[in-house]
Formats: sequence, C-alpha cells, structure tokens
Amino acid sequence: MNGYDVVIGLEVHAQLLTESKVFCGCSTRSGLAPNTSTCPVCMGMPGALPVLNRKMVDYGIRLGLAVGSRIARTCIFARKNYFYPDLPKGYQITQYESPLCEGGSIDVETKEGVKKIGIIRIHMEEDAGKTIHDETAPYSYVDYNRAGVPLLEIVSEPGMTDTDQAVAYLRELRQILMYLGICDGSMEEGSLRCDANVSVKKEGSSRYGTRTELKNMNSFRNVQKALEFEIERHIQILESGGRVEQETMLWNPSKGVTVSMRSKEESHDYRYFPEPDLVPLRIDDAWIEDVRSTLPELPAERRARFRKRYGLPAYDTGVLTQSRELADYYEACVGMLDAPKEISNWIMTEVMRALNEQGISITDFKVMPEMLTGLIAMIGRGRISGSMAKEIFAEMASTGRSAEEIVSSRGVGQISDEETLKTVASRIIDANPDEARKYRSGKTGLLGFFVGQVMKATQGEANPKLASRIVKELLEE
Amino acid sequence: MLETARRYRKRKESPVEETRRLLDAIKRDTLNSFITIDEQGALLSARSAEDLLDREDAGVLAGIPVAVKDNICTCGVRTTCASEILADFVPAYDATVVKKLKDQGAVILGKTNLDEFAMGSTTTTSCFGPTRNPWDPSRTPGGSSGGSAAAVAAMLCAGALGSDTGGSIRMPASFCGITGLKPTYGSVSRYGLVAFASSLDQIGPMAATARDAAVLFDAIKGHDPLDSTSALHDYAPTDLEGIDLRGVRIGVPKDFFGPGLNPDVKSAVLSGIAELADMGAQVVDIRLPHVRYGVAVYYIVATAEASSNLARYDGVRYGMRSGESGGLRNMYLQTRSKGFGAEVKRRIMLGTYALSAGYYDAYYRKASQVRTLIADDFRAAFSLCDIIAGPTTPVTAFRLDEMVDDPLSIYLLDIYTIPANLAGLPALSIPCGFDSRGLPVGMQLMAPHFREDLLLGAGIAFQDRTGHHKVRP
Amino acid sequence: MSVLVYIAALIRKYQGVNKNVKITDADVLHAAALARISLDEDELRKLSGELDAVLDYMDLLSEVDTSGVSPTHHPLPAINAMRDDVARQSLDLEDAVRNAPRHKDGCVVVPKVIE
Repeated sequence: MNGYDVVIGLEVHAQLLTESKVFCGCSTRSGLAPNTSTCPVCMGMPGALPVLNRKMVDYGIRLGLAVGSRIARTCIFARKNYFYPDLPKGYQITQYESPLCEGGSIDVETKEGVKKIGIIRIHMEEDAGKTIHDETAPYSYVDYNRAGVPLLEIVSEPGMTDTDQAVAYLRELRQILMYLGICDGSMEEGSLRCDANVSVKKEGSSRYGTRTELKNMNSFRNVQKALEFEIERHIQILESGGRVEQETMLWNPSKGVTVSMRSKEESHDYRYFPEPDLVPLRIDDAWIEDVRSTLPELPAERRARFRKRYGLPAYDTGVLTQSRELADYYEACVGMLDAPKEISNWIMTEVMRALNEQGISITDFKVMPEMLTGLIAMIGRGRISGSMAKEIFAEMASTGRSAEEIVSSRGVGQISDEETLKTVASRIIDANPDEARKYRSGKTGLLGFFVGQVMKATQGEANPKLASRIVKELLEE
Repeated sequence: MLETARRYRKRKESPVEETRRLLDAIKRDTLNSFITIDEQGALLSARSAEDLLDREDAGVLAGIPVAVKDNICTCGVRTTCASEILADFVPAYDATVVKKLKDQGAVILGKTNLDEFAMGSTTTTSCFGPTRNPWDPSRTPGGSSGGSAAAVAAMLCAGALGSDTGGSIRMPASFCGITGLKPTYGSVSRYGLVAFASSLDQIGPMAATARDAAVLFDAIKGHDPLDSTSALHDYAPTDLEGIDLRGVRIGVPKDFFGPGLNPDVKSAVLSGIAELADMGAQVVDIRLPHVRYGVAVYYIVATAEASSNLARYDGVRYGMRSGESGGLRNMYLQTRSKGFGAEVKRRIMLGTYALSAGYYDAYYRKASQVRTLIADDFRAAFSLCDIIAGPTTPVTAFRLDEMVDDPLSIYLLDIYTIPANLAGLPALSIPCGFDSRGLPVGMQLMAPHFREDLLLGAGIAFQDRTGHHKVRP
Repeated sequence: MSVLVYIAALIRKYQGVNKNVKITDADVLHAAALARISLDEDELRKLSGELDAVLDYMDLLSEVDTSGVSPTHHPLPAINAMRDDVARQSLDLEDAVRNAPRHKDGCVVVPKVIE
C-alpha cells in the first residue's frame, strides 16, 4: 500500500443470546427500563456471589468448534481489576491465562483468493453496565441492566494486511455467530463490538512499527474508514521522521478522524488473578461432542454446497446464504419445486425487495416457501405470465394469501391471458410439426387436438374458447 | 440450646419471654458486643416461633435466640461490617445462613460487633468502638468475631454466628472461654457473607458448648446453588452424644509448641490433650513443617483477595459517598480514604502491591505454592492421626492498652489458626483451662475435610467429662 | 522460630535504619493510586514503614523450595459448578437503587470524570 506494509488484528466482542446473564439469573432482554433487570450479584452488592451459566460455555464451545479452535479441557476465570462506575464489583470476571479456546481460523475472500486469518483465542467474560453522560450537568447516569450479560471475546492474529480483509473477516465472523444462533450480530445496538490493532512498516523493512489500538467503530463502514485513517496517520508520522506512540485511539465518525484517548490516568495495571469465587471448569469429550452434534452447516460450507448442488453462481450463493433463515427458506423452496435458478432469482429480487420494503426478516415474511413455489409453478404451467406473477406476488406479500386464492378471486379461474396462452400454444405447435402441417393442408379437425394439448398443458385451466381462437390464429399465420 | 428447647416444649418458658429477657440484657450491656439490636424483628420471630412450637414439626431451633456477626447480610436490618463506608447499608436480601435460621424459626436478636470488614484479631478496629472481654473488660475479647464471642460468653444469646478467615471464630472463642467452629471450606454457604478473602472465609457457629455449636452447625450447613464454592457433600446430622475416643489418634504437632507460646497456655493445652488420652485416645507425634510459613502465606493471599473484594466499596451504588464535587476520581479517593479505617487500608495496600505488575510471581504465586505445601503437610499428617490438637492462640486475652501499634505482632496471633483456613480444614476451639490470671485458654482440634463429626464428637465428649466450658466470666 | 524474638527483631528493624528497604514511598503511592486511596504525608510515612516490615517478614517464603509445586487457588477440589440458563425474577427497581447515594429516573448518578 504505497510503499508500506500493514498488519491489522481485530478483537471482537459478541454479546450472547442467552436467556439469563452469565453469573446470575437476571434476564438479558434489551430495551428494559434502567436497573429493572438487576440483582445483588450483577449489582456487585456485599456478599453476592457469581454462578456460571452453562449455556455460556455451550455457546463458547460452539463457536470454538465452528472456527476450528482447540477447546480447553480445564479453564479458569480471572479477575481484571479497575475502577469505573459501570463496573459494579470494581473488577470484571474474565479469562486470562487459560481461555476457553485457542487457535482456529476464518477464511476470507480476497482479491488474491481465499486467505486464512488465524484466531489467537476465544474467551468468556461478563459485560459492564452502560454509562450515559449528561450534556449539561456534571453527572453521568449508570444503568446496570447490561452488567453481567455474557460476552465472547474473539482475538484474531494480526493477519490482515489491508482494510478490505479486515472488513471481510468481520463480516464472516459475524455471519458465523449468527448462523450458530449465539449472537444477533447487531453492530448498531452494540451486540457485536469491534476493536482493532494497527501497525505499519516501510516495505522492505524487517520490523513493524508501534501498534495503536482503535476503538468506537460501530459499523462495517466505520471499521473500514477508521482503519484507513489510522493507517494513513501512521504513514504520515513515519514519513515525517517521527515515531508512532503506543496509544488507544477513538474513532470520531462525525469528524472522520481518530483521537488519542490518553489522559492523566496511569496505564492500567489490571492485577489479574484467578477468580476465587468460581471453581475450575473441566470440559470433557462428551460435552464437546454434544455441542458438536448441534452445529449447523456453516456459511462457507453452505455456499459451497449451493454452488455444487444447485449450480448457482457465487453471487447467488452469497445473497442466499446471508442468513441461515434465508438459506433455509431457499432450500425449502427447492425441495418443493425443482427450479433452483428461477427460485434464486425470485428470492434475490422480489423477496428481498419485499423484505426491505416491509422492514422485516425472512422469518416474519407472509409468503411461505410453498406459496412462492406455488406461484412459480403457475408460471411454468402457463397459467399466468411472468409480469402478472410479479403483481400477484406483491399482493401475496402484503396479504399473506396464496397465489391460487388471488388468481381465483381475480379472474375466472381460467387462464384468460392471451400472452400466456400464446406462449403455450406456440410451444405445442412447435412440438407437433406433423399435425401442424396436416392442419395447414386442410385437416381442420386437428384444431381439437391442439386445443386439447393446450388444455392438458395448462391442467385444464385455459379458457377453451380463447385457446381455440389463439391456436387457430397461430396455425394460420 | 437444647435445654431451652426443652423448656419451651414443657411450657416452662416462651420464646417471647426469653427474647424479651435477652433484649433487656443486651440493652444494659457495657461490653459493646452489639452494633444493632433488632427488637421488632426479634419479637416478631419469637411470636411466630410460638405458633411453630404448637405444631409437632418444629425443629430444635424454633424460638432460640441467636446473634449474627455484622458482616452477614440480614434483609431489612442494617449490615455495617463495622465500617463507616457501610454504616447505613440495609441489604434487600438475606444471607443463605440467615434464611436457613429464619426458616427453622430461630430468633435473631441483632448484629454483633467485629473488626472492620473482619480484618483483625482484637475487635478494636470497629468504627463503633471496641468490644470488651466479659472476663475482664479492660481486655480484648479477640477478633474479628469479638462481638459474637462476648455476647455468647456474657449469655446475651443462646448462640451466635461468626466468620473465620484466619482464626476469627476460634481465636475469640479461645479468649472468651466458649466453643467456636470453623467448618470445612464450602460446607456453609458464603452467599450473603461480606467477602474478605474468598478462598478462606467461612461462617461458623459460636456457642457455650460443643453440643450447641453442633446444633447450630447442622442448621446452617449444606450445599447452596447460589455459592459456586459450596461443597456437594452429604452430611448426616451431627451425633450429639459425643464420640468414643478409644482408638482415636490425636496428632500433636511439635511445630505448634515452639518458643513464643505462653507457658500457661501451653500447660493448659497439654493437660487438655492428656484428658483426651485419659478418655482412650492415642497421642501421636506429628510434624507440620510448613505451617511456620502460614502467616506469611495468609497475609499475601488474604490481602490480595481482599484488595479486590473491597473494590466495590466506591460510593457509587450503596454506602457512604464523599467528595462528589471534585469529580469521579476525587469521589473514589475521598470515599475510600474516609470510609475505610487504617487496618483495612493497610491490607488493601498490601494486597494491591502483592498482585501488581512485577510482583505477582514473587508474592501471590509463591504464596499460593507454599499453600499447597501446607495442605500437603496436613494430608500426610492425617494418614497418621484422626484429629490434630494444639493451642488455639499463643497467648490469652491481653489488655487493650497493652496493644503495640505494630501490625505484624497482631498478625502473628493467628499463627495456629491460619493453617486450617489455608487448607480448608474444619477446626474447633474449646475451653481447656485457665491461665494464672484466670483467663480462659482454648485448645484447637483439627480434622480432615468434612469430618466435623470427629471434632464436635470429641468436643462433646471432652465437655461431658470436664467443666472448663461451664465456668462463666 | 520464636514468635516473640521475631517480633522484637522486626520492631527494632522498623524503628531503626532499614538496610533492606522492600517498598519505597513511590511504590506505596502507586499502590494507593491503583486502590483509589489517598494518603497524606504522615499516613504515607507510617504506612511505608509498616508495609516494609510486613514485606520483610514475607521474605521467609523465599527459603521454601517450590519448584514443581502447583499453586492452590481453591482449598477443595470442586469443579463445574453451573446453573441452567433460566431467567428469574430480578430485584425490584426500588431495592436496586434504594441504597444509592444519588439516583434519578432509575439510574445511579455519579459525578463525571474531570479531565
């Protein structure tokens, strides 16, 4: 990148979709009134003690298996000690020396092909509360509903060499988390958070420069822009003969710059030590296999299978597998109607458009797989034309009625669409050249044969009189 | 306690009468053993206990008045840990042990005095003033459960709960001539016990007799799903008849009888051991070579854990708050500097230092390794004996004005009690005699994990034979 | 080792010249900052001396051979204490913020960080 090499590492925090918090039974539901989902444990009250939520471990193992990590057989929790109002105990329960998972990798698509980005570790920890600063008064307001919500921290190797790779890694990790059903992946709402480490070196130089840490990037675009800015900032410093300071930078999205977080605070000494209130976790093969058996097909595997089995191009597989639910929807359709490309087209265009317009996800969509396939089949039979189908689909999407219902209520229950019938008739005429010749040379009685064929092809739904007229017209062209 | 229970059932006395009598006595108490008297709550419980006793299924604790150390949370009743920083803290939840006592109909009279945050051996660091020893009010009752010990010795309650991290139940029990049990680590729930050192703390019973201590222990022991360190051990109810000491091997460690042990204490303890031998026990010499490092290990591990456990006292969510106008950092500094006493600050600093970057391996890790060696010593010893006996403390109750302002000399008072906490073993202190001034001497018995039956059984048998525990101040 | 003799030696050391200073004033101030405790001149001096004496005593541990010994963090060998993922009733908002020195609209109020 203009004479400089870059390395980027990402630290991602994923908020897990458990019912209750990691160390107490308070609900993890969001959107509740402040401090209404708290208890002595997550408020850090005197005498309260943590008890580990088994599901947190299940989810952690699930992620570890999905990315090919080694699952620890014994792991322990540790205390990370520091003072902040949203940290109720004055320490965070996390993992330090023996994390749940080590190693693993995620494949990302780059211009040069597939690149494996390594993962250093995945560990379990608890989230802190939320602090809101007052704009005018010298106060901050703390809500502990989020304190104690389970987090998985995923630390990558500093293996990404440009910002596109970083974003691709983040996208793929997010998709894996969502496929596994353990995180909802929302960066805007903070259930998926990303921090980055960046350092650069001049091409040809052997050692990388000082690393800086980047925080406050709450969307893919912001991750990309922040990284680009920070890399450029490093390069500028080095070009002017300076040295990059090791510091934490905050991305300011409105100004488009990174700003140093360095304050008068002394550098943190977290004084990690093993958490005495929690006993060690021993994970045996049976537990791991149990979790392994619940693993769904992962995004990359599913894309590959769609390509192979349904002969779909990469673009299609990408769109169709963007969520597990959408991919399931697609496969349900293909299971009912053997038209993989056509169904793909319909989903990529009409279905996606409807979902966007309604602002819903596929799980709330009124058009069920059997309804979509029913519609597409009707086109195939010549019952309706392509353009009419789009219209009917729009009505299906808003009312939830099936194609059959709509067509019957609209029309006469018969195909009266000239174009449709023309298409069917031409096809039949082309398929029966002998009969056509015979008709044209005077055997007009064969009209009945052709009309019969049209009726057969449209499963009796064609309007016979209209069909007859159209066939006659076509034969006598 | 059993006597009182019998009198209730024979209608010779009612819980309300007994409770009123004790509440009056407590109000007249000059020993400063109580911080809070819960008159209303106590009388309410006493009345419910009377209803309970009318039914057939009332347990032995129904209507029995007990006191609870003020570092154990009681719902709706101030729980201060004898600290300014929690002086007005009222928990909205009960500690599990308190809930158990209430469920069994016990009457909780109030909260007893302690060293601030249970850090101390004299009950002189309380922000509510020192508690005095009923045997001689110019002397300390020991600590940190000094309030509970004094209250029991002065017969202001039938029994009390204390907590023990390095000897805080046994040491004051010894100084006040009563019986105190530090149970096996994990056998009594810590939920609701304000944490000092998480891997060492245990709540335990303090009473006039080993039998009463056993009754209280049975009432509070058991697995608690709210405490991850709670043991899954299935205890049988303690046999209140006492055990037959014939064939029981009593190990006597030379390491607990070195120089530094007061001669009166030494002779009283040795005669206690002789008494056990008289009852049929076999005395065996054992060695515990690493216990001499116990105090050093303890003051690193306990203070390290404490420095972290006390970080939550920051003036944000509860407790005292000071220095707001100077911003957040100033609030932290002012609150904690004003709210904590000198000993607590000393231990927080020590613990912070022991965990800090560059020192973790030399201090915390090293101490934790030596802790393993101490536990190994006991494992080896218990292959040669069933109970280990020795003195509870090196001295008897000393005068409050004799106290040297040197923390280390106070720390060394716990030299015999600390090892049991480090190894998680159960340990009992029972009165075994008196010194030349007539002050009580305590003998400590230790057993393998979950063998409180041996300790209480031996204690009951010993007390059925001897009369030291019957002498009142 | 005699407890009394040791105490006497240490007191002498504390009161006398510390040849082997284990902890400096700067160390104490650093630990105090980490623990959010403020100390005035007198407190600093006193605490320095006390901590130094205590840490000196800890040197006792260096005579123990701990090579190959694994540290004990839990006195009993318990493992895998867990609970099921079930949401249960939380504290009433009242109870949650009741003890907070300052609260507003359900939130706990603290002063802002002053740079």
